[in-house]
Amino acid sequence: MSSDHDTAFIDLRAITKRYAGVTALDSVDFTVQPGEAVCLAGENGSGKSTLIKIISGVEPATEGTVRIAGKERPYLNPRISAAAGVMVIFQDFSLFPNLSVAENIAFATQLSTHERFFKSRATREIARKALDRIGVEIDLDARVETLPVAQKQLVAICRALASQAQLIIMDEPTTALTEKEVRRLQGIIRMLKDEGVAVIFVSHKLAEVLEVSEKVVVLRNGKKVAEGPATDFDTQSLTYHMTGRDVPEVPPSEVMAGAETLMHVESLTKEGSFADISFDLKTGEVLGITGLLGSGRTSVAKALFGLVAPDAGSITVEGKPVPTGDPQAASMARIGYVPEDRLTEGLFLSQSILRNVAIGRLDAHTSGGFLNMAGLVDEASDWLKRLKVKAPDVEAPVQSLSGGNQQRVALARWLSRAPRVLVLNGPSVGVDVGSKADIHDIIRDLASQGIGIIVISDDLPELLATCHRILVMRDGRIIDELDGRSVTEDDLAHRLAS
Amino acid sequence: MTGWLPKDFWTRNETLVAGVIALFCIIATLSDPRFFTITTVSDLLRASIVIGILAVGAMLVLVSGGIDVSFTAIAVFAMYSSTVLFLAIWPDAPWPLIFAVSVAFGAFLGAFNGFFIAFLGLPTLIVTLGTLSIFRGFLLTFIGSQRISDLPPDMRDFSRGVLARGTTEAGNFYSIPWAALALVFVIVLTWFILKKTMLGRSIYAIGGSVESARRIGINVKWTQFFVYVYVGALAGLAGIIHGSVGRMADPFSLVGLELSVIAAVVLGGARLIGGYGTLTGTLLGVALIVIVQNSLIVVGIPTTWQSVTIGILILLGTGVPAYRAKRAAARAG
Repeated sequence: MSSDHDTAFIDLRAITKRYAGVTALDSVDFTVQPGEAVCLAGENGSGKSTLIKIISGVEPATEGTVRIAGKERPYLNPRISAAAGVMVIFQDFSLFPNLSVAENIAFATQLSTHERFFKSRATREIARKALDRIGVEIDLDARVETLPVAQKQLVAICRALASQAQLIIMDEPTTALTEKEVRRLQGIIRMLKDEGVAVIFVSHKLAEVLEVSEKVVVLRNGKKVAEGPATDFDTQSLTYHMTGRDVPEVPPSEVMAGAETLMHVESLTKEGSFADISFDLKTGEVLGITGLLGSGRTSVAKALFGLVAPDAGSITVEGKPVPTGDPQAASMARIGYVPEDRLTEGLFLSQSILRNVAIGRLDAHTSGGFLNMAGLVDEASDWLKRLKVKAPDVEAPVQSLSGGNQQRVALARWLSRAPRVLVLNGPSVGVDVGSKADIHDIIRDLASQGIGIIVISDDLPELLATCHRILVMRDGRIIDELDGRSVTEDDLAHRLAS
Repeated sequence: MTGWLPKDFWTRNETLVAGVIALFCIIATLSDPRFFTITTVSDLLRASIVIGILAVGAMLVLVSGGIDVSFTAIAVFAMYSSTVLFLAIWPDAPWPLIFAVSVAFGAFLGAFNGFFIAFLGLPTLIVTLGTLSIFRGFLLTFIGSQRISDLPPDMRDFSRGVLARGTTEAGNFYSIPWAALALVFVIVLTWFILKKTMLGRSIYAIGGSVESARRIGINVKWTQFFVYVYVGALAGLAGIIHGSVGRMADPFSLVGLELSVIAAVVLGGARLIGGYGTLTGTLLGVALIVIVQNSLIVVGIPTTWQSVTIGILILLGTGVPAYRAKRAAARAG
């Protein structure tokens, strides 16, 4: 054990961090060897972000010692930490959308050498070298805003490499990536490890990074509850350690025999994004629509709720046609839509939880032009209770909630309108494992009450845990229809990526 | 299409604005052959000097992610105060000294903006709206509200200096004043800062994402502070040139021009969200605005239609690229 400490690049001993009486970290030991990939797992509030903040010098530890590259660091700030080779890649990548790839990669390096003048050739040189190191080809002059997410991530990795990273900390590196891109990222991580660069993954999506990790450390409530070689863990045991309880994912029960057709979609087509989309949805059925980024799944989801106007095709709910391209008409037909990016599309973040739920029901509680506030509030609080939203105060702004609870608020708003069809776009993007299982429970439960649900997602375990049928899209078309209760994850992944 | 054109050549604001200018010139020349002469060009150039210098400053602020509406007040404050100061203590001072003092006044007032914005973190529009009123009110209340046409002699001498002058065959007189060199100087200096120094690249970076800039260690506060001081200095220069060339220190002039200047910059492709803006675009935007303000009459559009035309140009000039970008994004999603 002591030799471990001697060679470690990062060596934290008995780290405790208290914020105003709250213990965020409780005597945690944590080491990372050069060239080692460590998966740091834990639910929101488990202390993993605090641990990262201490390593990267953003927050000082209350007690304990921090050693980086063998040197004790009683005083640390982001600059010292970066100079020692610790680089954090945030979930949003922290790039400059308006600058070129080359400049984004080289900027931090040039700042650290106190360069006064900007030299275009040297900038390109730095960027070229970093890209070559991971064997990636990206146009150096392209503006970063024009790149797809996966390439932005590669630019962020290159920036860290250009700044002589010894340890790259990646926050949720796979959430925005498709299966194929994840595989490429895994390859790059292996390459970095061979060069002696260590990596810490901070992730909710565990299976994908487990494969390239040597070690797993699980935090819960500020304590280290598990540590061991990655081969000792699987998704199930990780989930157990993170939540402290078993969260079994049961496949959905069968759709009732003789269930009626609830929604009928016929040859929905939009030039350039999807074509000839036809399917039926029965009462109580959960239908999955999946596909890689750019396959058209998101556009279809939006078209179902009228947010994208199709060029041709029709939607019928309970036998009545629903005018396409009109969200209000869709809403009148009792179709509900929970967007993927609830932060920008779905919720009024700075408004109270209660208002966020109530906003969908203003019309039902209005008489003679006046609003019956009490009725509105009662109904909204009722839904919050039924969906088990954990909030200290319903008057608190939605942004104070965790991802899982935010998603429940978005759901509560729609459920209060008693929808017949619910379109859920990426229902568990950015929520932790425990809440994810709860959301899946809610989906299964709603379906059993007779609501037809369409889940749009590229999270395969999620589809398998919730869907009766899964439609696979590629290049804007449905290429496969699978039985969600018999298909395996590998099979599904293969059909997606092939 | 062609190798030497940048990839996005046909979709850039610069191209669009240059196209509109060319179109206008063609129509104007067709309807009045006297339009496209050295006289017109030199008139337009003269009219562009002050707006041009102000626009370069406004562009810098937009690139950094802010907006400044106080620069006209700074310009007139610096011009009028330095004129009053020199008339009182040393009327025979050489013009470069008077100019330097005006620039210093401008930089000093810009530092106020910079302090509130960079160090107190207040919103740029609010701060500069406030200082616009304060600077202007302070000037009229405490320094003076009389027009002064008796300028220090050396200022008048400056306005007489010309780079080129002459008379065309048709008998029209033209001249290009020294002040044009000031615009050239400002352009070269700003180009150098923006393209060749880390400070300039940091201004773009901050405009792109303040949070990212902080995370990679850019000194956001000092960079922002610099921007407002620099813009103030440019305003001081533009103000004193305006006074000298117009041979009158008028405390009521310039203020009110700020929106036209910002319009010129936006037409040239700078975005209000920050991070985008080029000198070429800004100068083309200025040229277009100046042409519209001075020569609309040539193509038979009454001068009362000036502001309508400028408004339409802004809507089209910024709306068309924005609409295209939106379409492209929708297709990609």
